[in-house]
Amino acid sequence: MRVAVTGVGALTPMGATAPEFWNALIEGRSGIAPLEGWWTPNLRFPNGSQMRGWDPSQHFDIRTIDLLDPFAQFATVAGREALSDAGLSVADVKGPRTAILTGCCGGGQGSEDIQFQELYEKKTGRVHPMTIPRIMSNAAASYLSMELGVSGPVYSVSTACASSGHAIGQGFWMVRSGIVDRAIVGGSEALFSFGFLKAWEAMRVVSQETCRPFSKDRKGLILGEGSAMLVLEPLDVAKARGARIYAELAGAGMSADAHHITQPSVDGPALAMRAALADASMALEEIGYVNAHGTGTLANDSTECRAIHCLFGEHAKRLAVSSTKSMHGHALGAAGALEAVATVLALREGILPPTMNYSTPDPECDVDVIPNAARKAQVGAALSNSFAFGGLNAVLCFRSPASL
Amino acid sequence: MTEEFTQRLLQNIADTLHKPVEQYRLDASFEELGIDSLDGINILFALENEFGIQIPDDAARNVKNLREMAEGVWKLVEEKGTAA
Repeated sequence: MRVAVTGVGALTPMGATAPEFWNALIEGRSGIAPLEGWWTPNLRFPNGSQMRGWDPSQHFDIRTIDLLDPFAQFATVAGREALSDAGLSVADVKGPRTAILTGCCGGGQGSEDIQFQELYEKKTGRVHPMTIPRIMSNAAASYLSMELGVSGPVYSVSTACASSGHAIGQGFWMVRSGIVDRAIVGGSEALFSFGFLKAWEAMRVVSQETCRPFSKDRKGLILGEGSAMLVLEPLDVAKARGARIYAELAGAGMSADAHHITQPSVDGPALAMRAALADASMALEEIGYVNAHGTGTLANDSTECRAIHCLFGEHAKRLAVSSTKSMHGHALGAAGALEAVATVLALREGILPPTMNYSTPDPECDVDVIPNAARKAQVGAALSNSFAFGGLNAVLCFRSPASL
Repeated sequence: MTEEFTQRLLQNIADTLHKPVEQYRLDASFEELGIDSLDGINILFALENEFGIQIPDDAARNVKNLREMAEGVWKLVEEKGTAA
Protein backbone atom coordinates (compact mmCIF):
# COMPACT_ATOMS: atom_id res chain seq x y z
CA MET A 1 0.00 0.00 0.00
CA ARG A 2 1.27 3.47 -0.89
CA VAL A 3 0.78 6.38 1.50
CA ALA A 4 -0.01 10.00 0.61
CA VAL A 5 0.37 13.23 2.53
CA THR A 6 -2.99 14.93 2.06
CA GLY A 7 -2.94 17.68 4.66
CA VAL A 8 -0.39 19.92 6.33
CA GLY A 9 -0.52 22.39 9.18
CA ALA A 10 2.15 24.57 10.73
CA LEU A 11 2.27 27.07 13.56
CA THR A 12 5.67 28.73 13.71
CA PRO A 13 7.36 32.04 14.51
CA MET A 14 7.65 32.50 10.71
CA GLY A 15 3.96 32.11 10.05
CA ALA A 16 0.82 30.86 11.77
CA THR A 17 -0.31 28.51 8.97
CA ALA A 18 1.44 26.13 6.60
CA PRO A 19 1.08 28.52 3.60
CA GLU A 20 2.53 31.40 5.64
CA PHE A 21 5.36 29.16 6.86
CA TRP A 22 6.07 28.09 3.28
CA ASN A 23 6.07 31.65 1.91
CA ALA A 24 8.54 32.68 4.60
CA LEU A 25 10.74 29.66 3.80
CA ILE A 26 11.04 30.44 0.10
CA GLU A 27 11.48 34.15 0.72
CA GLY A 28 14.20 33.44 3.28
CA ARG A 29 12.31 35.23 6.05
CA SER A 30 13.57 33.96 9.36
CA GLY A 31 11.84 33.57 12.70
CA ILE A 32 15.15 34.18 14.48
CA ALA A 33 15.13 37.42 16.52
CA PRO A 34 16.15 38.76 19.94
CA LEU A 35 14.51 36.67 22.67
CA GLU A 36 11.77 38.13 24.83
CA GLY A 37 11.39 37.11 28.47
CA TRP A 38 12.20 38.27 31.98
CA TRP A 39 15.17 35.91 31.95
CA THR A 40 17.01 37.36 28.93
CA PRO A 41 19.56 39.33 31.04
CA ASN A 42 20.61 36.05 32.66
CA LEU A 43 21.11 34.14 29.45
CA ARG A 44 24.38 33.97 27.50
CA PHE A 45 22.75 33.79 24.06
CA PRO A 46 20.47 36.55 22.81
CA ASN A 47 18.49 35.06 19.89
CA GLY A 48 15.90 32.41 19.16
CA SER A 49 12.97 31.54 16.93
CA GLN A 50 10.32 32.21 19.54
CA MET A 51 6.52 32.34 19.20
CA ARG A 52 5.87 36.00 19.87
CA GLY A 53 2.47 37.39 20.74
CA TRP A 54 0.93 33.93 21.06
CA ASP A 55 -2.65 34.35 22.23
CA PRO A 56 -4.23 30.98 23.09
CA SER A 57 -7.64 32.63 23.62
CA GLN A 58 -7.85 32.94 19.82
CA HIS A 59 -7.93 29.14 19.66
CA PHE A 60 -9.14 27.73 23.00
CA ASP A 61 -11.67 28.49 25.71
CA ILE A 62 -10.32 29.56 29.06
CA ARG A 63 -10.80 26.21 30.79
CA THR A 64 -8.86 24.41 28.05
CA ILE A 65 -6.05 26.95 28.29
CA ASP A 66 -5.73 26.06 31.99
CA LEU A 67 -5.25 22.45 30.95
CA LEU A 68 -2.76 22.82 28.11
CA ASP A 69 0.84 23.92 28.09
CA PRO A 70 1.73 25.91 24.95
CA PHE A 71 3.44 22.83 23.41
CA ALA A 72 0.06 21.04 23.41
CA GLN A 73 -1.75 24.18 22.23
CA PHE A 74 0.64 24.51 19.27
CA ALA A 75 0.15 20.87 18.19
CA THR A 76 -3.62 21.15 18.48
CA VAL A 77 -3.76 24.26 16.31
CA ALA A 78 -1.44 22.74 13.69
CA GLY A 79 -3.37 19.45 13.83
CA ARG A 80 -6.70 21.23 13.21
CA GLU A 81 -5.16 22.99 10.21
CA ALA A 82 -3.75 19.77 8.77
CA LEU A 83 -7.09 18.00 9.11
CA SER A 84 -9.05 20.83 7.55
CA ASP A 85 -6.42 21.13 4.82
CA ALA A 86 -6.95 17.45 4.04
CA GLY A 87 -10.65 18.13 3.65
CA LEU A 88 -11.47 15.83 6.56
CA SER A 89 -13.98 16.53 9.32
CA VAL A 90 -14.16 15.29 12.87
CA ALA A 91 -16.82 12.84 11.71
CA ASP A 92 -14.35 11.42 9.17
CA VAL A 93 -11.57 10.71 11.65
CA LYS A 94 -13.34 9.81 14.89
CA GLY A 95 -13.14 6.23 16.09
CA PRO A 96 -10.47 3.54 16.28
CA ARG A 97 -9.26 3.60 12.65
CA THR A 98 -7.26 6.82 13.06
CA ALA A 99 -3.87 7.12 14.76
CA ILE A 100 -2.34 10.25 16.27
CA LEU A 101 1.40 10.33 16.89
CA THR A 102 3.13 13.44 18.16
CA GLY A 103 6.80 14.08 18.79
CA CYS A 104 8.02 16.26 21.61
CA CYS A 105 11.37 16.56 23.31
CA GLY A 106 10.77 18.49 26.51
CA GLY A 107 7.03 18.35 27.12
CA GLY A 108 5.59 21.17 29.19
CA GLN A 109 8.91 22.61 30.31
CA GLY A 110 7.43 26.08 30.73
CA SER A 111 4.69 24.86 33.06
CA GLU A 112 7.18 22.82 35.05
CA ASP A 113 9.51 25.79 35.34
CA ILE A 114 6.80 28.11 36.67
CA GLN A 115 5.34 25.59 39.08
CA PHE A 116 8.65 24.46 40.54
CA GLN A 117 9.44 28.09 41.35
CA GLU A 118 6.58 27.74 43.84
CA LEU A 119 8.68 25.13 45.64
CA TYR A 120 12.25 26.29 45.27
CA GLU A 121 11.91 30.07 45.12
CA LYS A 122 8.60 31.12 46.63
CA LYS A 123 8.63 28.16 49.04
CA THR A 124 4.85 27.92 49.09
CA GLY A 125 5.17 24.15 49.30
CA ARG A 126 2.47 23.57 46.70
CA VAL A 127 2.15 23.29 42.94
CA HIS A 128 -0.93 23.72 40.77
CA PRO A 129 -3.03 20.55 40.33
CA MET A 130 -2.87 20.92 36.53
CA THR A 131 0.94 20.67 36.55
CA ILE A 132 1.10 16.98 35.64
CA PRO A 133 -1.49 17.13 32.82
CA ARG A 134 0.33 20.19 31.44
CA ILE A 135 3.86 18.80 31.53
CA MET A 136 3.27 15.25 30.29
CA SER A 137 4.73 14.81 26.80
CA ASN A 138 1.65 12.98 25.56
CA ALA A 139 -0.64 15.93 26.37
CA ALA A 140 -0.71 17.11 22.74
CA ALA A 141 -1.64 13.68 21.35
CA SER A 142 -4.15 13.14 24.16
CA TYR A 143 -5.90 16.47 23.75
CA LEU A 144 -6.12 16.09 19.96
CA SER A 145 -7.65 12.62 20.40
CA MET A 146 -10.24 14.06 22.80
CA GLU A 147 -11.10 16.94 20.51
CA LEU A 148 -11.39 14.71 17.43
CA GLY A 149 -12.87 11.62 19.07
CA VAL A 150 -9.95 9.55 17.79
CA SER A 151 -9.82 6.29 19.72
CA GLY A 152 -7.17 4.36 17.76
CA PRO A 153 -3.44 4.21 18.58
CA VAL A 154 -2.55 7.59 20.11
CA TYR A 155 0.80 8.30 21.70
CA SER A 156 3.80 10.56 21.82
CA VAL A 157 7.37 9.83 20.85
CA SER A 158 10.27 11.49 22.60
CA THR A 159 13.62 11.05 20.92
CA ALA A 160 15.00 14.57 21.42
CA CYS A 161 15.67 16.25 18.07
CA ALA A 162 14.34 13.31 16.06
CA SER A 163 11.02 12.95 17.95
CA SER A 164 8.68 13.97 15.18
CA GLY A 165 10.73 12.17 12.54
CA HIS A 166 10.17 8.97 14.48
CA ALA A 167 6.48 9.84 15.07
CA ILE A 168 5.84 10.48 11.36
CA GLY A 169 7.73 7.35 10.35
CA GLN A 170 5.80 5.17 12.73
CA GLY A 171 2.43 6.68 11.73
CA PHE A 172 3.40 6.03 8.10
CA TRP A 173 4.15 2.38 8.81
CA MET A 174 0.79 2.01 10.59
CA VAL A 175 -1.08 3.35 7.57
CA ARG A 176 0.98 1.35 5.09
CA SER A 177 0.44 -1.89 6.96
CA GLY A 178 -3.30 -1.28 7.28
CA ILE A 179 -3.30 -1.07 11.07
CA VAL A 180 -5.19 2.22 10.70
CA ASP A 181 -6.95 4.03 7.84
CA ARG A 182 -5.17 7.34 8.42
CA ALA A 183 -2.71 8.97 10.77
CA ILE A 184 -2.35 12.50 12.06
CA VAL A 185 1.35 12.88 12.76
CA GLY A 186 3.89 15.54 13.58
CA GLY A 187 5.29 17.25 16.61
CA SER A 188 5.52 20.35 18.72
CA GLU A 189 7.82 22.10 21.12
CA ALA A 190 7.50 25.14 23.41
CA LEU A 191 10.92 25.49 24.92
CA PHE A 192 11.52 29.10 25.89
CA SER A 193 11.53 28.72 29.65
CA PHE A 194 14.43 29.85 31.81
CA GLY A 195 15.49 26.48 33.21
CA PHE A 196 15.49 24.70 29.87
CA LEU A 197 17.34 27.57 28.18
CA LYS A 198 20.02 27.55 30.89
CA ALA A 199 20.45 23.82 30.34
CA TRP A 200 21.01 24.46 26.63
CA GLU A 201 23.39 27.28 27.47
CA ALA A 202 25.51 24.87 29.51
CA MET A 203 25.76 22.51 26.52
CA ARG A 204 27.62 25.31 24.69
CA VAL A 205 26.06 24.49 21.34
CA VAL A 206 23.86 27.57 20.97
CA SER A 207 25.12 30.31 18.65
CA GLN A 208 25.74 33.77 20.07
CA GLU A 209 24.47 35.26 16.84
CA THR A 210 22.49 33.32 14.22
CA CYS A 211 22.23 29.86 12.68
CA ARG A 212 24.56 29.37 9.67
CA PRO A 213 24.32 25.72 8.65
CA PHE A 214 27.25 24.40 6.56
CA SER A 215 28.97 27.80 6.57
CA LYS A 216 32.59 27.79 7.73
CA ASP A 217 31.81 30.55 10.23
CA ARG A 218 28.92 28.64 11.82
CA LYS A 219 28.76 29.11 15.59
CA GLY A 220 26.09 26.70 16.70
CA LEU A 221 22.36 26.13 16.65
CA ILE A 222 19.53 28.54 17.35
CA LEU A 223 16.63 27.18 19.38
CA GLY A 224 13.13 27.36 17.94
CA GLU A 225 9.57 26.38 18.78
CA GLY A 226 6.24 25.74 17.15
CA SER A 227 4.44 22.79 15.62
CA ALA A 228 3.75 21.07 12.33
CA MET A 229 1.33 18.24 11.64
CA LEU A 230 0.54 16.11 8.59
CA VAL A 231 -2.32 13.85 7.56
CA LEU A 232 -1.33 10.50 6.05
CA GLU A 233 -3.71 8.14 4.25
CA PRO A 234 -3.51 5.42 1.62
CA LEU A 235 -2.77 6.89 -1.81
CA ASP A 236 -5.65 5.06 -3.51
CA VAL A 237 -8.14 6.28 -0.89
CA ALA A 238 -6.85 9.83 -1.25
CA LYS A 239 -7.16 9.64 -5.04
CA ALA A 240 -10.64 8.12 -4.85
CA ARG A 241 -11.95 10.94 -2.68
CA GLY A 242 -10.26 13.58 -4.82
CA ALA A 243 -7.97 14.79 -2.06
CA ARG A 244 -5.07 17.10 -2.79
CA ILE A 245 -1.88 15.04 -2.68
CA TYR A 246 1.18 16.91 -1.46
CA ALA A 247 3.56 14.00 -1.83
CA GLU A 248 3.89 10.29 -1.34
CA LEU A 249 5.55 9.34 1.91
CA ALA A 250 7.44 6.46 0.38
CA GLY A 251 9.72 5.25 3.13
CA ALA A 252 11.04 5.74 6.64
CA GLY A 253 14.40 4.71 8.02
CA MET A 254 15.54 4.60 11.61
CA SER A 255 18.84 3.80 13.29
CA ALA A 256 20.89 4.31 16.43
CA ASP A 257 24.53 5.41 16.43
CA ALA A 258 25.25 3.21 19.48
CA HIS A 259 28.22 5.49 19.92
CA HIS A 260 28.05 8.64 22.10
CA ILE A 261 25.36 10.58 23.97
CA THR A 262 26.06 13.89 22.17
CA GLN A 263 28.73 13.44 19.47
CA PRO A 264 27.25 12.71 16.06
CA SER A 265 28.48 9.80 13.96
CA VAL A 266 28.69 9.20 10.21
CA ASP A 267 27.52 5.60 10.29
CA GLY A 268 24.20 6.03 12.15
CA PRO A 269 22.78 8.78 9.90
CA ALA A 270 24.05 6.98 6.77
CA LEU A 271 22.35 3.80 7.98
CA ALA A 272 19.04 5.63 8.55
CA MET A 273 19.15 7.28 5.10
CA ARG A 274 19.95 3.93 3.51
CA ALA A 275 17.10 2.29 5.44
CA ALA A 276 14.62 4.98 4.30
CA LEU A 277 15.58 4.41 0.66
CA ALA A 278 15.31 0.65 1.07
CA ASP A 279 11.93 1.03 2.80
CA ALA A 280 10.78 3.11 -0.17
CA SER A 281 12.31 0.63 -2.67
CA MET A 282 13.96 3.68 -4.18
CA ALA A 283 17.29 3.97 -5.97
CA LEU A 284 19.47 6.69 -4.48
CA GLU A 285 19.73 8.38 -7.90
CA GLU A 286 16.04 9.27 -7.61
CA ILE A 287 16.75 11.63 -4.70
CA GLY A 288 17.22 15.23 -5.82
CA TYR A 289 16.93 17.10 -2.53
CA VAL A 290 17.86 16.47 1.10
CA ASN A 291 16.31 18.61 3.82
CA ALA A 292 19.23 18.20 6.17
CA HIS A 293 19.25 17.96 9.92
CA GLY A 294 21.72 20.87 9.51
CA THR A 295 21.74 22.29 13.02
CA GLY A 296 24.56 24.77 12.44
CA THR A 297 26.88 23.19 15.01
CA LEU A 298 30.47 22.50 14.01
CA ALA A 299 30.09 18.77 14.59
CA ASN A 300 26.67 18.05 13.08
CA ASP A 301 27.04 19.72 9.73
CA SER A 302 30.40 18.25 8.75
CA THR A 303 29.37 14.80 10.00
CA GLU A 304 26.06 14.92 8.16
CA CYS A 305 27.84 15.90 4.92
CA ARG A 306 30.24 12.98 5.36
CA ALA A 307 27.25 10.68 5.85
CA ILE A 308 25.64 12.04 2.66
CA HIS A 309 28.86 11.48 0.68
CA CYS A 310 29.33 8.07 2.23
CA LEU A 311 25.86 6.96 1.16
CA PHE A 312 25.35 8.78 -2.15
CA GLY A 313 28.89 8.56 -3.55
CA GLU A 314 29.10 10.26 -6.97
CA HIS A 315 25.40 11.20 -6.83
CA ALA A 316 26.11 13.51 -3.86
CA LYS A 317 27.41 16.07 -6.40
CA ARG A 318 23.98 16.24 -8.01
CA LEU A 319 22.05 16.60 -4.74
CA ALA A 320 20.68 19.87 -3.44
CA VAL A 321 20.91 19.98 0.36
CA SER A 322 19.49 22.73 2.56
CA SER A 323 18.85 23.36 6.21
CA THR A 324 15.67 25.27 6.93
CA LYS A 325 16.79 25.46 10.57
CA SER A 326 18.57 28.58 9.36
CA MET A 327 15.09 30.14 9.45
CA HIS A 328 12.88 28.25 11.95
CA GLY A 329 15.72 27.37 14.28
CA HIS A 330 16.08 24.00 15.96
CA ALA A 331 12.61 23.25 17.25
CA LEU A 332 13.79 19.95 18.82
CA GLY A 333 10.73 17.67 18.97
CA ALA A 334 8.95 19.74 16.32
CA ALA A 335 11.95 19.97 14.00
CA GLY A 336 11.31 16.80 12.00
CA ALA A 337 7.67 17.80 11.42
CA LEU A 338 8.47 21.38 10.37
CA GLU A 339 11.07 19.99 7.97
CA ALA A 340 8.76 17.27 6.66
CA VAL A 341 6.21 19.97 5.79
CA ALA A 342 8.97 22.04 4.15
CA THR A 343 10.03 18.97 2.16
CA VAL A 344 6.59 17.97 0.89
CA LEU A 345 5.82 21.56 -0.09
CA ALA A 346 9.16 21.76 -1.90
CA LEU A 347 8.20 18.66 -3.91
CA ARG A 348 4.71 19.93 -4.65
CA GLU A 349 5.66 23.51 -5.53
CA GLY A 350 8.87 22.71 -7.38
CA ILE A 351 10.85 25.16 -5.24
CA LEU A 352 13.69 24.16 -2.89
CA PRO A 353 13.99 26.26 0.28
CA PRO A 354 17.40 27.83 0.93
CA THR A 355 20.02 27.58 3.62
CA MET A 356 20.04 31.16 4.91
CA ASN A 357 22.90 33.03 6.61
CA TYR A 358 25.43 31.13 4.53
CA SER A 359 28.60 33.16 4.08
CA THR A 360 31.72 31.01 3.59
CA PRO A 361 32.14 27.55 2.05
CA ASP A 362 33.51 24.90 4.39
CA PRO A 363 35.53 22.13 2.67
CA GLU A 364 34.13 19.77 5.33
CA CYS A 365 30.58 20.57 4.13
CA ASP A 366 31.08 20.14 0.39
CA VAL A 367 27.47 19.83 -0.76
CA ASP A 368 25.27 22.17 -2.79
CA VAL A 369 23.54 23.97 0.10
CA ILE A 370 21.15 26.22 -1.91
CA PRO A 371 22.79 29.27 -0.32
CA ASN A 372 20.64 32.23 0.72
CA ALA A 373 17.96 32.04 -1.99
CA ALA A 374 15.29 29.49 -2.87
CA ARG A 375 15.73 27.60 -6.12
CA LYS A 376 13.14 26.53 -8.67
CA ALA A 377 13.71 22.83 -9.24
CA GLN A 378 11.29 19.97 -9.73
CA VAL A 379 12.93 17.01 -8.09
CA GLY A 380 11.47 13.52 -8.12
CA ALA A 381 12.10 12.60 -4.50
CA ALA A 382 13.59 13.98 -1.32
CA LEU A 383 14.85 12.94 2.09
CA SER A 384 14.17 14.72 5.38
CA ASN A 385 16.82 14.01 8.02
CA SER A 386 16.44 14.12 11.80
CA PHE A 387 19.34 13.11 14.06
CA ALA A 388 18.99 13.31 17.83
CA PHE A 389 21.26 13.72 20.81
CA GLY A 390 21.58 10.20 22.08
CA GLY A 391 22.40 9.04 18.55
CA LEU A 392 18.86 8.25 17.43
CA ASN A 393 18.13 8.90 13.77
CA ALA A 394 14.94 9.10 11.70
CA VAL A 395 14.85 9.76 7.97
CA LEU A 396 11.73 10.20 5.84
CA CYS A 397 11.67 9.61 2.09
CA PHE A 398 9.08 11.52 0.04
CA ARG A 399 8.22 11.23 -3.65
CA SER A 400 6.94 14.11 -5.77
CA PRO A 401 3.18 14.15 -6.49
CA ALA A 402 3.98 14.78 -10.18
CA SER A 403 4.66 11.06 -10.69
CA LEU A 404 1.59 9.79 -8.83
CA MET B 1 50.24 31.21 36.49
CA THR B 2 51.22 30.08 39.95
CA GLU B 3 51.94 26.44 40.80
CA GLU B 4 49.12 26.62 43.34
CA PHE B 5 46.67 27.74 40.64
CA THR B 6 47.76 25.01 38.24
CA GLN B 7 47.37 22.33 40.89
CA ARG B 8 43.90 23.62 41.86
CA LEU B 9 42.86 23.59 38.20
CA LEU B 10 44.16 20.07 37.56
CA GLN B 11 42.55 18.80 40.76
CA ASN B 12 39.25 20.33 39.74
CA ILE B 13 39.43 18.68 36.32
CA ALA B 14 40.39 15.33 37.85
CA ASP B 15 37.51 15.53 40.34
CA THR B 16 35.09 16.44 37.57
CA LEU B 17 36.08 13.42 35.50
CA HIS B 18 36.41 11.12 38.54
CA LYS B 19 40.05 10.33 37.76
CA PRO B 20 43.30 10.60 39.76
CA VAL B 21 44.95 14.00 39.36
CA GLU B 22 48.29 12.35 38.46
CA GLN B 23 46.75 11.49 35.10
CA TYR B 24 46.60 15.12 34.02
CA ARG B 25 49.44 17.37 32.91
CA LEU B 26 49.33 20.70 31.14
CA ASP B 27 51.28 19.74 28.03
CA ALA B 28 48.95 17.13 26.64
CA SER B 29 46.19 17.50 24.07
CA PHE B 30 42.61 16.71 25.04
CA GLU B 31 42.78 13.70 22.75
CA GLU B 32 45.83 12.29 24.55
CA LEU B 33 44.01 12.71 27.86
CA GLY B 34 40.85 11.09 26.51
CA ILE B 35 38.84 14.28 27.04
CA ASP B 36 35.95 14.53 24.56
CA SER B 37 33.52 17.41 23.91
CA LEU B 38 31.11 16.27 26.61
CA ASP B 39 33.96 16.10 29.17
CA GLY B 40 34.90 19.56 27.91
CA ILE B 41 31.61 21.20 28.81
CA ASN B 42 31.65 19.45 32.19
CA ILE B 43 35.11 20.83 32.87
CA LEU B 44 34.14 24.34 31.79
CA PHE B 45 31.12 24.23 34.10
CA ALA B 46 33.24 23.04 37.03
CA LEU B 47 35.99 25.60 36.43
CA GLU B 48 33.45 28.43 36.26
CA ASN B 49 32.16 27.32 39.66
CA GLU B 50 35.62 26.78 41.15
CA PHE B 51 37.03 30.16 40.15
CA GLY B 52 33.84 32.24 40.04
CA ILE B 53 34.36 33.17 36.41
CA GLN B 54 32.41 33.06 33.15
CA ILE B 55 34.16 31.37 30.20
CA PRO B 56 32.72 32.55 26.87
CA ASP B 57 31.88 29.89 24.24
CA ASP B 58 34.14 31.50 21.65
CA ALA B 59 37.16 31.41 23.95
CA ALA B 60 36.44 27.82 24.97
CA ARG B 61 36.07 26.62 21.39
CA ASN B 62 39.62 27.53 20.36
CA VAL B 63 41.34 25.83 23.28
CA LYS B 64 43.20 22.65 22.25
CA ASN B 65 45.02 21.51 25.38
CA LEU B 66 45.10 21.92 29.14
CA ARG B 67 47.84 24.58 29.04
CA GLU B 68 45.75 26.83 26.79
CA MET B 69 42.77 26.18 29.02
CA ALA B 70 44.78 26.99 32.16
CA GLU B 71 46.14 30.19 30.62
CA GLY B 72 42.65 31.26 29.59
CA VAL B 73 41.24 30.57 33.04
CA TRP B 74 44.20 32.35 34.69
CA LYS B 75 43.54 35.41 32.52
CA LEU B 76 39.85 35.46 33.49
CA VAL B 77 40.74 35.03 37.17
CA GLU B 78 43.23 37.91 37.00
CA GLU B 79 40.72 40.10 35.19
CA LYS B 80 38.26 39.35 37.96
CA GLY B 81 40.89 40.66 40.36
CA THR B 82 40.86 37.79 42.82
CA ALA B 83 43.92 35.84 43.81
CA ALA B 84 43.79 32.27 42.59
